[in-house]
Amino acid sequence: MAELTMKKKRPKNLDLLTIKQPLPAVLSILHRVSGAGLFLFLPVLLWLLQSSLASPESFAMVKGLAGNIVVKVILLGLLWAYCHHFCAGIRYLLLDGHIGIEKEAARMTAKISFAVSLLATVILGGLLLW
Amino acid sequence: MVNRIVVGAGYGLRDWIAQRATAVIMAVYTVILLAAVVANGGSTYEAWHGLFASGFMKFATFLALLSLFYHAWIGVRDIFMDYIKPTGLRLGLMVVVIAALVGYAGWAAQILWRL
Ligand code: HEM
Repeated sequence: MAELTMKKKRPKNLDLLTIKQPLPAVLSILHRVSGAGLFLFLPVLLWLLQSSLASPESFAMVKGLAGNIVVKVILLGLLWAYCHHFCAGIRYLLLDGHIGIEKEAARMTAKISFAVSLLATVILGGLLLW
Repeated sequence: MVNRIVVGAGYGLRDWIAQRATAVIMAVYTVILLAAVVANGGSTYEAWHGLFASGFMKFATFLALLSLFYHAWIGVRDIFMDYIKPTGLRLGLMVVVIAALVGYAGWAAQILWRL
């Protein structure tokens, strides 16, 4: 009984790079990318936390590092990753609670997530890094 | 006979819940930390160090980090299940990730309770 019946041959295009993705799909893949990126940078982030707390000297060293433009850009990227993952994540939690699951609403909240995470990145980046 | 379609990783409701519970813990902690930084400045060593010196922040930070490691484990495992097909490689990578995350948990405790 529980057999999958998908026998009809229909034309399909599954080439992800040529399909025009709706905004929620872009949000979703970036949620995965940001989660993976944050995971990969965990040792660096823990080391920064450790150094910033260990002593006044190592705190000053971290501040000095963050003054380097390359480091700044990387940290800004991580900040965006966190903000994006945060906003898209909250949106998923709401969707799980059946809030905003209609197509129009889902598109709207995807837009809001992008806007809020970019805005938060600019504000927090401005306060913390510049 | 029941024709079950085996997806290979259990049926994951518990993990699904855990990923969401840990997400909520991290989100709440993020707001607390931001509020604390705004309230005390955090731009000098004394202020930043003082922030994490209180028993409450130590506990909250550790809880959030443990949640993060568990959350990241479930997430990274899901990603491996989607993209890494050879079983041996997938299992090998999972072992590496678990080892790293358990190590991070120990490291986090050391960072916080050495203050
Ligand atoms: C406030 C903080 C966070 C929230 C609210 C949050 C929320 C979520 C949610 C709801 C999911 C499930 C998505 C789904 O099932 O499609 C998820 C997946 C994931 N999270 Fe987080 N998360 C947070 C922080 C983090 C951090 C710091 C990391 C990195 C270490 C991380 C790594 C991941 C990964 C790798 C996935 C799997 C992505 C996927 O399957 O596409 N998360 N997150």
